[in-house]
Amino acid sequence: MDDLTDVYNELIMEHSMNSYNKKKLENADYSEIGHNPNCGDEITLELKLNGNIIEDMAFSGHGCAISQASTSIMIDTLKGKTIDEAKEIIKTFIEMIKREITDEEELKKLEDAIAFRNVSNMPARVKCALLAWHTIEDILNKNENGGKGSINCCQ
Amino acid sequence: MKLEEIKKDFPILENDIAYLDSGATTQKPTKVIDAIEEFYTKYNANPHRGAYSLSVQATEVYENTRTRISKFINSKHREEIIFTKNATEALNLIAYSYGMDNIKQDDEIVLSIMEHHSNIVPWQKVCKVTNSKLNYMYINDEFEIPDEEIETKITNKTKIVGITHVSNVLGTINNIKKIIKYAHKKGAIVVVDASQSIPHMKIDVQDLDADFLVFSGHKMLAPLGIGVLYGKKEILNKMTPFLMGGDMIEYVYEQETTFAPLPNKFEAGTQNVEGVIGLGAAIDYIENLGYDKIQEIEKEVVSYARQELSKLDYLTLYLTPNEKNHSGVISFNINGVHPHDVASILDSEGVCVRSGNHCAQPLMRFLGIDSTCRASFYFYNAKEDVDRLVNALDKAYNMFKKYII
Repeated sequence: MDDLTDVYNELIMEHSMNSYNKKKLENADYSEIGHNPNCGDEITLELKLNGNIIEDMAFSGHGCAISQASTSIMIDTLKGKTIDEAKEIIKTFIEMIKREITDEEELKKLEDAIAFRNVSNMPARVKCALLAWHTIEDILNKNENGGKGSINCCQ
Repeated sequence: MKLEEIKKDFPILENDIAYLDSGATTQKPTKVIDAIEEFYTKYNANPHRGAYSLSVQATEVYENTRTRISKFINSKHREEIIFTKNATEALNLIAYSYGMDNIKQDDEIVLSIMEHHSNIVPWQKVCKVTNSKLNYMYINDEFEIPDEEIETKITNKTKIVGITHVSNVLGTINNIKKIIKYAHKKGAIVVVDASQSIPHMKIDVQDLDADFLVFSGHKMLAPLGIGVLYGKKEILNKMTPFLMGGDMIEYVYEQETTFAPLPNKFEAGTQNVEGVIGLGAAIDYIENLGYDKIQEIEKEVVSYARQELSKLDYLTLYLTPNEKNHSGVISFNINGVHPHDVASILDSEGVCVRSGNHCAQPLMRFLGIDSTCRASFYFYNAKEDVDRLVNALDKAYNMFKKYII
């Protein structure tokens, strides 16, 4: 596989092993667990809103380098964005991983999260990259439904 | 027979890979692939059904394979061999058709902590329905079940003991003969999961005195989707059928049905005949090569793997120090690196290993880990595959070491 170092690049490695986003939030509005039962990866994502702006996010838990880095970089990308902007970025990220996007321009809004584009060449690892993104998707849906919603289980 | 010649029997191994995932499924020799093709090109028909010669021929091959398997594991009667789709289905059959009817409130079922989910989850269901208790025999720090565990967990209340012959995570060979003897003394029956042992060692159900023994064909050179349940005739005869339908009946009336005798009683519907034929060819291959030869090759490669992997100080091995109690499965982790990342990097070097919980979450929890990488060997593996694994591990470690906290 030629893309190995593209996937395990400096940015992803740094975020995966020692992330500053791995901490507890004071007064989080939402806390949601996401897990991949097949690999045992489990993260808890916390989110604090200020109106319709994502004011802060943090995560805890354990998993492979790709799922840990994807969570941390997602937090960097979404912090400070409005809910609608965040939703658009999440949709784009998922489409990028599933190779449904061909327009390079569209990917620019992903900022650092574009580092995961080559995960689409590793089908066995796609679910690792998507774990946090599906979890935040659930939180935002829950927020839309007035705080109601099921606990998510990202497969 | 030289290893190079053996490898030539496996077309897929012409690819430049080190296939170290035979514990998940083995590769298939040409003879097995050809046997399946021959069935479809020469005598495909529904066995037990037609009066025409093609169907008679299909029936013959199907039933001859049953006899072949009976001899292979030395069962007393050929009708003690029931075809299933895999070991999982066989275990479910035992749980439903024996467990549900014979386990009463406050009875106990004893398993080992190293069981595969397929030998845990069906028993949980039996215990919930019957209000009985599920107990576990735990392992010591040598990854083996100590005698005290056997003698304290199996009691007069125990009615069923479920035990894997070889752990699919640790490679530990359990002393099932001893467990069976002890369980029988306490009045319990024993269900042996031989999925990880029968590819590597001779199984004699009469010598073991196992009440039930199950295995999957695909872990022993046969195609996917065929498995075997062995059960003692007197026990199978008393059991109610598991699946109902065609071929397992005698007379069907509007409201009542009488069931066919063994083995048909447990084989409802059209069976996986190509799987049975493939399994027959797989057994031919194993017997031609011989278990002695298989063990001779595996011992050399697995000993070498134990030795070389032990030299890597960044590695944690989940491995019994007693080589005589160890089969061809080695679980390991690079300290501080997730096994999925390790497996992806090994894959980039053409090394196929499994990573995850290996359908053994209770064992993982007992060991205090989430997952491991697992290399599992078969007789078509060579020392070069071990070297390739070690080099790939070095690469993975070097990629990660500056980031490991």
